[in-house]
Amino acid sequence: MPWVLRGLRNGVVTTGYPRRSDPYAEAFPASVRPLVVGSANGVPVDDTLCPTGAIHNRAGALQLDAGQCILCGRCVRERPDLFGWVSGSQTARLHRQALVVPQLPETDEAVELVRRQLAARVRRMFRRSVHIRHVDAGSDGSEEWEALALLNPVYDVHRLGIFFTASPRHADVLLITGVGSHGMAEPLRRTVEATPRPLVVIAAGTDAVSGGLVAPSYAVAEGIGELVDVDVWVPGSPPSPFSLLHALLLAVGRIPPEGR
Amino acid sequence: MSRSAVRSPAQDPVGALHHALHMRLASGQRFAALLGRGDPDAGTSLTALVAHDGDVTALSATLPAGVTHYPALTPQLPAAFWYERAIHDLVGLLPDGHPRLDPLVLPHRDDASRLLPHPGAPGQPDRIEPYERALSVHLHGTGVFTIPHGPVRSGVFESVEYLVETPGEDIPHLRIRPHAKHRGVQKRFEGMTVDDGVLLAERVEGIASVAHALAFAHAVETLAVARVPVAAAMIRVLHAELERIANHLDVLGKLTDAAGLAVATARFGLHKEHTLRLVGALSGSRFGRGVVVPGGVTALPRLPADEVTAELDRLQHAINGDVRALLDTSSFLDRVRTAGPLDPELARTHGALGPIGRGSGCTDDCRASRPYDGYQQLAPPPVAVRSAGDAQARMQVRIDEIEAAFYLTRQAIGRLPDCDTDQLSVVAQPGAGQAVGWAEAPQGEVLYLLDVDDAARISYCAPRSASFHNLMLFPSIFVGDILTDFPFNEASFGLSIAGVVM
Repeated sequence: MPWVLRGLRNGVVTTGYPRRSDPYAEAFPASVRPLVVGSANGVPVDDTLCPTGAIHNRAGALQLDAGQCILCGRCVRERPDLFGWVSGSQTARLHRQALVVPQLPETDEAVELVRRQLAARVRRMFRRSVHIRHVDAGSDGSEEWEALALLNPVYDVHRLGIFFTASPRHADVLLITGVGSHGMAEPLRRTVEATPRPLVVIAAGTDAVSGGLVAPSYAVAEGIGELVDVDVWVPGSPPSPFSLLHALLLAVGRIPPEGR
Repeated sequence: MSRSAVRSPAQDPVGALHHALHMRLASGQRFAALLGRGDPDAGTSLTALVAHDGDVTALSATLPAGVTHYPALTPQLPAAFWYERAIHDLVGLLPDGHPRLDPLVLPHRDDASRLLPHPGAPGQPDRIEPYERALSVHLHGTGVFTIPHGPVRSGVFESVEYLVETPGEDIPHLRIRPHAKHRGVQKRFEGMTVDDGVLLAERVEGIASVAHALAFAHAVETLAVARVPVAAAMIRVLHAELERIANHLDVLGKLTDAAGLAVATARFGLHKEHTLRLVGALSGSRFGRGVVVPGGVTALPRLPADEVTAELDRLQHAINGDVRALLDTSSFLDRVRTAGPLDPELARTHGALGPIGRGSGCTDDCRASRPYDGYQQLAPPPVAVRSAGDAQARMQVRIDEIEAAFYLTRQAIGRLPDCDTDQLSVVAQPGAGQAVGWAEAPQGEVLYLLDVDDAARISYCAPRSASFHNLMLFPSIFVGDILTDFPFNEASFGLSIAGVVM
C-alpha cells in the first residue's frame, strides 16, 4: 500500500498548541478592536460603518462587540485611525459581555464568577477526555468546515483526548454553530435533553453568539443563547480552528481564560 | 450580464411564460430557475431564468392582486419541481396540477391564518415558525420502513433530514427535508445597501463565499454599468479558484473518509488546511471573505506574487501525488465506480450544474460560456467533462478542475504585476432596475436575481445556488445502490444545505 509511505511524507505537521504557542495561531487576525481607548469625544462614528451594529460610541468611549462583529474589516478600511486588526486566536470567552472590547470593569467580576462555576461543574468529569457533539442550528456551512478541521493532522484534537461523537448520549460538550433557526429549535432542544449532565455548551461563531448579519429575520433567533444556556462564546465568521480549540480547552478548564 | 427582458402579456401571463420557456428550451437553452415574489393579496410575479451562451435571460409573468393559483409548470418541466414548492412556501401561490406540493423550505398551514415571508413585498414579517404537521409522512410499498438521517446528523454535518425508505438494503426512495435550516436570508437582503448585501451574499452558502459575492457583485455592476479594473478581475479569479480547490479537496476528503481510508483523509485534510491558510494569508479570511465588493476588490493579495506561486507549486505537487495514489487504490475505486449514477439524459433535461452535471456529460460552465472578470482575459483550460455519471466521474471532474484551478491561479497572479494596481475598485452605484448576475461556484453556477430601488437599496434579491438546483436530483441516483453507498453519494454531490434553504 502506498498510503503508509504517503502518511509519513511530511513528518509531524501537528501543532504544539496548547503546550507551546503556535505561530499561525498567534499571527491570525481573528478580531478587531478600537485603537482609541477611553475618550473618543468628537469622533463621529457613522451608523453605516458597521453592517451589524457592533460598534458603539457609549458616553464618548468607543466599544466593539466581537460577538456581533463579522470581521468584514470595513471599519479598519474606512477608519484606520480608530480601528485595527488584532492578531491571536484566543478569542473565546466565558461570558457574553466579555466579548465587548475594551471591557467594562464590572465584566471582570462576572467573568470570574462564571469561570468558578464552570470549573466546579467540570473539574472532576472532564479531566482526561471529552466527547463533543456538534449541532448545526442554522449555520452558513463554513463553521462546519472549521470544526471538521480540528480532526485534520494539523490540529489533531485526538491527541488532547478530544473526540467528536455521533450520539448526544456520549457527549460532554455541545458545539453549536449557526444563528438558531426556528426549524432547529426543537431538534436542538431534544439534543440538549438527551445529553447527560454535566454539560458544557459552546456557541461557535458570530452567528451563534448574536445572529451576526443573518438576524434579525423572521426565521431565526438572535443567536443560540435564546435557545440554550451557553457557557463559552466564540466569535468569528467563521471562527478559525484555533479559536474553536481555544473554546474547547476553555470549556473543560484546561487553560485559564483570556482577558481576565 | 444583461438587463432582463420582461414579457408579460395581460391575458394568461403564466401561459405566455410557459410558451416562451418552451420555445427557448426547445432551441437548446437551459432552464436555470423559477423564482417567485410578492404577496398574492397585492400582486405576485414569477420569473424564470434561462441560461444560454453569453447571457442569462429572465422571463417574467405578473399575476394580479387576488390571484392565488396558477397552472403549474412542473408537469411539463420537471426541473421546476422544487422551485414551485419553494414558491408555495415563501410566496403562497398554489401551482395547480403540481405532482407533490410538499413543503420544502418553510412548512406552513395552507389557510387564512398563515403568515408568509412574501419576498419582494414591502415589510418584514415578525416571526414565522415552521409548521411541522404540514409535512407529509406517508410511505408506500410492502415491508418498507424509513431510516431518518438527521436533522442532527451523525458527525459534523449541516442539518438536513434525509428519510431513507428501504425494505432493508436497497433504497427505492429517498425524501429530503432541508427546511430546519431556513434562515430567511432572501427577505433579509431587502432594504440593505449593496455594500451590506455583498457581505450577506458571502454568508448565503459559506463554503462558496467568493462565488456568491461575485454573482451578487456582477448583478450590481450590471445595474451600475460599472467595469471592474483588470487587477481586481485577476484577484477575483485567484480567490474563486482557490475556493474551488478547497471545496474539491473537501469532497475528496469526505469520499476517502466514507471508504475508511484514514491516511488519505488526513492527507486531503492537510492539503485543504494549507489551501485555506493560503487564502487567509492573501486576504485575512480563510474563506476569502471581504475581498469582493461591488465594483472590484478591497485589497491586493497580502503576499508577493513569487511567494504565492511557490506555495501553489508546493500544494499542487503534494495534491498530485496523493491523487495519483488514490486513483491507484482499487479498494477505493470499487466503492465509487458505478455508485450513485446520474442518468445523462436526466442531467441534461434537468440542467444539472457544476461537477455533478459535468460528470454526466453536461458541458455548461459559466466561466467558459458566459465568462466574467479575469476569465475573459485568461485562457481557461477546456471544461472537464465525463460521461459515466457515477460518483467516480464526478470525482474525476473535480480532480481535473483542481488541476485547471492551479493553472488559472498562476495565470491570474502572474498577470498582476503588469496591471495598474492603484485602483482596485470603481464606484458601483446601481441604478433602479433588475439584473441577473452569475458566477461558477465549486458546486456549479450561482445566480442572483437582484432588484434595486431608486434609493439604491435592495428591494428583492433571490440567490439561486447550484446546491438547490442539484439537490433535487439526489433522490434519483440511488438506482441499484444500497444503504452503505449513501455516504459516497452524498459526498460525491458535495453540496451545502445552507445554500439550499437559505
